[in-house]
Amino acid sequence: MTADPAGPLASSSPLPSPAPAASDTADEALTVSHLDVAYRVRGRDRLALRDVSFSVGRGESYGLVGESGSGKSTAALALVRYLPGNGRVSAGTISINGQDPLAMRKAALRELRARTVSMVYQEPGRALNPSIRVGQQIAEVFEIAGEHRHAALAAAEDMLRKVQISDPGRVMRRYPHELSGGMAQRAVIAMALAASPSLLILDEPTTALDATVEAEVLDLVAALRQEFATSVLFISHNLAVIAKMCDRVGVLYAGELVEEGPAGEVFAAPRHPYTVGLLRCIPRRGQRKDADRLDTIPGFLPSPGADITGCIFAPRCALAADKCRSSDPPFFPVDAVRTSRCFFHEQAPSLPRATPASVSSIAPRTDGGPLVEIADVSKTFGGGIRALAGVDLTVRRGETLGLVGESGSGKTTLARVLLGLTAADQGSVLKLDGAPLNPDARRRPRQTLRALQIVFQNPDSALNRRHTVRSLISRPLTRLAGLSGQALRTRLAELIASVRLEDRHLALRPGQLSGGLKQRVAIARAFGAGPRVVVCDEPTSALDVSVQAAILNLLADLQSAEQVSYLFISHDLGLVRYLSDRIVVLYLGRVMEVGPAETVFAGPHHPYTEALFSAVPSLDGQRRARIRLAGEIPSAADPPGGCVFHTRCPRKLSTGICESTEPPLLEDEPGHQIRCHIPLAELRSLQRNESAPYREGNSE
Amino acid sequence: MTDSLAASPLGPDAPLGLGAPVAVAVAVAAPPVGQAWWRLLLRRPTFVIGACILLFWIVCAIFGHQIAPYSPLAQQLLNNNTAPSAAHWFGTDTLGRDMLSRVIVGARDMLVITPLATILGTVLGTALGLAMGYFGGWFDLVVGRLVEAVLALPAVIIAFLFIVALGPSTGTLIIVIGLIFTPLIARTVRASVLTERHLDYLASARLLGESPVRVMVFEILPNVLPSILVEFTVRLGYAVFTVATLSFLGFGIQPPTADWGADISANYVTLGAGYWWQTLFPALAIASLVTAVNLVTDSIEQVLAS
Repeated sequence: MTADPAGPLASSSPLPSPAPAASDTADEALTVSHLDVAYRVRGRDRLALRDVSFSVGRGESYGLVGESGSGKSTAALALVRYLPGNGRVSAGTISINGQDPLAMRKAALRELRARTVSMVYQEPGRALNPSIRVGQQIAEVFEIAGEHRHAALAAAEDMLRKVQISDPGRVMRRYPHELSGGMAQRAVIAMALAASPSLLILDEPTTALDATVEAEVLDLVAALRQEFATSVLFISHNLAVIAKMCDRVGVLYAGELVEEGPAGEVFAAPRHPYTVGLLRCIPRRGQRKDADRLDTIPGFLPSPGADITGCIFAPRCALAADKCRSSDPPFFPVDAVRTSRCFFHEQAPSLPRATPASVSSIAPRTDGGPLVEIADVSKTFGGGIRALAGVDLTVRRGETLGLVGESGSGKTTLARVLLGLTAADQGSVLKLDGAPLNPDARRRPRQTLRALQIVFQNPDSALNRRHTVRSLISRPLTRLAGLSGQALRTRLAELIASVRLEDRHLALRPGQLSGGLKQRVAIARAFGAGPRVVVCDEPTSALDVSVQAAILNLLADLQSAEQVSYLFISHDLGLVRYLSDRIVVLYLGRVMEVGPAETVFAGPHHPYTEALFSAVPSLDGQRRARIRLAGEIPSAADPPGGCVFHTRCPRKLSTGICESTEPPLLEDEPGHQIRCHIPLAELRSLQRNESAPYREGNSE
Repeated sequence: MTDSLAASPLGPDAPLGLGAPVAVAVAVAAPPVGQAWWRLLLRRPTFVIGACILLFWIVCAIFGHQIAPYSPLAQQLLNNNTAPSAAHWFGTDTLGRDMLSRVIVGARDMLVITPLATILGTVLGTALGLAMGYFGGWFDLVVGRLVEAVLALPAVIIAFLFIVALGPSTGTLIIVIGLIFTPLIARTVRASVLTERHLDYLASARLLGESPVRVMVFEILPNVLPSILVEFTVRLGYAVFTVATLSFLGFGIQPPTADWGADISANYVTLGAGYWWQTLFPALAIASLVTAVNLVTDSIEQVLAS
């Protein structure tokens, strides 16, 4: 039916809105038309959603994608009237299965939430009652539906089996905190599906999970959707996840739907300047920091409740003309099934870049000699948890060493050991420029402290919220670089210019800055004293895509200007590929693979690396042959014998050698090492045959 | 003996200290909205009422002798035990002293001792709590056990021991109450520091080679200040009670100096004879001061939390 509303219209005449005619609504699982949601803050109504209309057909999967502040979660809450006390639907209608939740009394609303709509949220830990056993919680849903206690428990166990929990009987008796994140989210999905809802709302269901676990959960949702014929409203900030999971997608910006259409087409050929800009912010395959800068979206999201005349995106849009600023664009049909809320939707694909693509100064490659040497570094925490086990690696001058692995693989521990924040076990060797490093930062001389700095993942935690930006950035300059007076002021001005902050930011405190600006302050702090190695621990994972691009560009620019080396930790392989010269893959505190970035991505891969790559959903939404990891990373307190990866390895050898003997790091090409018993030539041919997931060539 | 305050080491204008530290602390703990905090406070009727009562007692403490219609010590033996009247609004006591004047002048010791004792306890407790939370390990373990041991003893018993040893005086009371509050405040501050300790800005400070004292004072302290402020205001209310209790028991301000607790102690035996005003008005004074402090406290707490 998706073709219906736009079908007969000529492409030049605008649509009033994509809302289907009233007669259609009963056939849809969900219809939202002209929805406004306002939050009352300090006595003023602030609109969080404006004139949002979309519909989800029966059995369809519809994606709402947007950055933080776009109102996507507000939409999810409004649908089932879960808005907080100060929020209300101020205009528009909602119809779920032909019923109007806005007009319902309490009992009917309860019934609707119990039987017709189910929701799955980002944090499975919060969705489950911590004091009730998992089985009991799921059975409760069946009991509400009228089953007897015994039948309900049996149904719950059955449901857990359907969400691919291998030992449902045991999981039934567990409390939520005893489950891993992935398991808990499966249990939540089991609960959501227990009532056989006709509409399932998934609000960022995999954002808190590791990529490998995310891939499994997404596969599961896709399979269950087929089995239960449920309609799905999938809400995410992750464009690739939406591309993989959804038939159609609506792009939300600042509370307005700006573009809508089949997911594949929207992402392949976006027709709204915002969508175009957003997609350009994501590093594509083949994009590298040496040759290319990411495009960015200039400016900021309008503050909620701001008075906006004309197009909501106009202040940030390079195509905006006077018309855009004076009148609100209606929906224009792009083709039979797509709409864009832009006067210039035909020109949108040729949106001028906000950031030049070319790299201004190609950094003279430094000698590439070893700067940091890490040899046989182990770290055992209390309880025998071996977070690191004999890690050897080298960071060369001026290079970016990408560090990848699931959570629990030891990435952050390795970074903390290098910085001297966590002391490594006896016998571990850390060297900077050939000189041994004291394991404790407090005992390191000032010159060493200057040389090693970090950009933390979360600037809210890394910046003291009571200090001003000025004192935050000045402190490393006075403390480590020994600057004062005029020299301090000059360097401070230089530094804030190089991270593109402005003078007016200096007097503010972190709480008054946006996430991107906070991270710039953190970067300025790290670069202040002239470091030689900067650890970047997931520096953009707390940021929106459009902000992330600017931060990545900044990191790349600073590197070419200052000749600094990065140890870049990220779970996002796209970012790692864009920024890294070499890559190290960690698993359970061991190096599984190390090599030049392009070689590691080209293969042959270690089976674990291969699995990491295939877990990443790609924007073209293609469903490739994948290898999936069974289960989750084992406990570092009790790692498997032999090759630590054998318990999850899809390519485990039948000879038994993987269980008994730890493989050595074998060199394939010069500098590319893999820790696997399978001969590299064989790995190569295995992975060729199965359409390697991350190969070059199909960029944009 | 007419002015016992002159003997106190802190001088007559010390009560002003009551308002000042609160204001400073609130300013530092201000929510990011800028100057909006005091407007939020003034919008709360509970705060306005509490602050007015508090202000009244502060004025009494400073200008008590000027305001009081009679000298609090002047005995009119012919006029003793008179019920409240136009001449003596609060009546007179068994020695014929004017109760209104005694209540007004009695505010001074209370308003000198309580804020100073609370400040002393807060400063010591904050220092101890910061060190326990920051250093952790054996230091935290040893000091933590000591703190718990002190907390296990009834505060009044400890106070008796000190007062008997040092002799009752304003200075002694300040020190004793301050020391009693120290472990309580230390425990609260330690708990707040522990929630800060895992934050990356402390790792960041370590990578700048900052000294422990600097980290505690410049990095952690500003962030735990709101909870210290709340603890300070809560303790202020308790301090009023403690001073009154000690005076009532004869370990605090000594007669004939006007003091609420001592007056209740001296006069409650005459309740049976129907001289209710001799006990009621000092008791109301204590109650109103405690209530005022708590009203202000609650408002500040709520504004900080919002």
